[in-house]
Amino acid sequence: MNNPKTIKNIEQDLIDDFSLFETWEEKYEYLIDLGKKLAPLDPAFKTEDRKIKGCQSSVWIHSYTKDGLVHFEGDSDAIIVRGLVGLMIMVLNGQPSKEIVGAPLEFINTIGLSSHLAQTRSNGLRAMIKQMKMDAGVLG
Amino acid sequence: METEGTYDVQAIRAQFPILSRKVKGKDLVYLDNAATAQKPLAVIDALVHYYSHYNANIHRGLHTLADEATAAYEASRTAVKDFVGASSPDEIIFTKGTTDSINLVAHSWGKSFLQEGDEIIITSLEHHANIVPWQMIAAEKKAILRVIPIDDNGILDMEAFKAMLGPKTKFVSVIHVSNALGIINPVEEIIRLAHEQHAVVLVDGAQSSVHLDIDVQTLGCDFYVFSGHKIYGPTGVGVLYGRRDLLESMPPYQGGGEMIKEVRFEYTTYNELPFKFEAGTPNIADVIALKAGIDFINSIGKPAIRKHEEMLLEYATAQLKDISGLRIIGDVKNKVSVISFIIDGVHPQDLAILLDNQGVAVRTGHHCAQPLMHRLGIVGTTRASFAAYNTLEEIDVLTQALNKSLKMLL
Repeated sequence: MNNPKTIKNIEQDLIDDFSLFETWEEKYEYLIDLGKKLAPLDPAFKTEDRKIKGCQSSVWIHSYTKDGLVHFEGDSDAIIVRGLVGLMIMVLNGQPSKEIVGAPLEFINTIGLSSHLAQTRSNGLRAMIKQMKMDAGVLG
Repeated sequence: METEGTYDVQAIRAQFPILSRKVKGKDLVYLDNAATAQKPLAVIDALVHYYSHYNANIHRGLHTLADEATAAYEASRTAVKDFVGASSPDEIIFTKGTTDSINLVAHSWGKSFLQEGDEIIITSLEHHANIVPWQMIAAEKKAILRVIPIDDNGILDMEAFKAMLGPKTKFVSVIHVSNALGIINPVEEIIRLAHEQHAVVLVDGAQSSVHLDIDVQTLGCDFYVFSGHKIYGPTGVGVLYGRRDLLESMPPYQGGGEMIKEVRFEYTTYNELPFKFEAGTPNIADVIALKAGIDFINSIGKPAIRKHEEMLLEYATAQLKDISGLRIIGDVKNKVSVISFIIDGVHPQDLAILLDNQGVAVRTGHHCAQPLMHRLGIVGTTRASFAAYNTLEEIDVLTQALNKSLKMLL
């Protein structure tokens, strides 16, 4: 089903949500909660060659199309990263390939994730986004 | 704050400007000393003073600046010689670091003396820096790399080592103190046994040089290597101690300036030790500042630092053991001030992120020892490592931050 909201809309929702958090604890509790709620990925998709490199934890993204839109599932062995996977799925899932590939995803800086996650770890986030955009490009 | 006899930890802390900074609004608690130690003001000042007052290329110049720079550079070599108990400064080669030192030995010694079927022995505890150079030279020379196994606590199986030794054993390269677990290996016995087979022994002192009293002549090792930045000195400078006769028998590692005696287009003759192995303009500033790091250690004394660090280790071990689901990896008696641990159901990366938000710097991951992690059946650990300037209060902060992180994660 088509996501009635655009990527930009969802980004704005997240910016609004994150602006309510007053402490780092709240921000990370939100991510941890997101990580815990993310549906587990079918182990068949958690293969070595699908593993995204770039951080201390392992990340897997499974991408497919349905009704002409790109869908994502994902997983990680670390809970905060799993939350980040959930966050990216929330923003990009069920969107047209073209929109995903071209999304600047500025909300990541606005909600302070790039500063809260040290360089090496946000590289992991960057690798995750790169993979999702690449998949969307191939599937589109 | 504790004052252990004459050990004034606050006075020591005052020498380290970085320790007064805040991280994410909290006081920095720096417990990643096994990765790199912070620098006392004397080291920082030595760098600034060199560039401000006597920056010059060394050994060749005849002007005052070159004289002063050369004298300071060579004074550092003498300080290193004393630091490791070598018999002559000629046996001290400056390198980029531990990794560079091991590569120098593996390539120079290995190229000349290794033959097909020869055996090189390392341990299961090695850092990648003491694995990969040996794999490379072993592949080139069709030599065989053998690995001393460990038990589940990380203790070397010395019986297996004895069984491995034989006339084919040409080189034994061992980590003195495990960077991942802090365990002190019985290098004296390893050296003695290896020498019975006339094998050459390199001791990787990256983690031992800052904690243990090192006397290469008493140890009897043929090579001892370490990095400046782990002994409160700058990054980019390391040391290779080598026995004179061995260094003399080895060909140069790199060619260029400094390492030559005479160059014609038809031939080149090489300089004497130690310059034979120091091709090109060396890292003059960092070598000079390394002496300030050594002077810092000597001003307190390794035994006093060790006593302080052991107190921290004992306190931290007791505190951490109270945390439910926490298991110390390498929980043995003979270790330096490093605690590596895992917690049931918690990924080390999650822990590191949440600790960082509380101002606590620890190291997580495989610690550049993937084969060791594989052997222990874990993806990685969280490692807290203590230095001369850490306090009991900082360990309390670590414990509180850990408990808070676990409450958030579980």
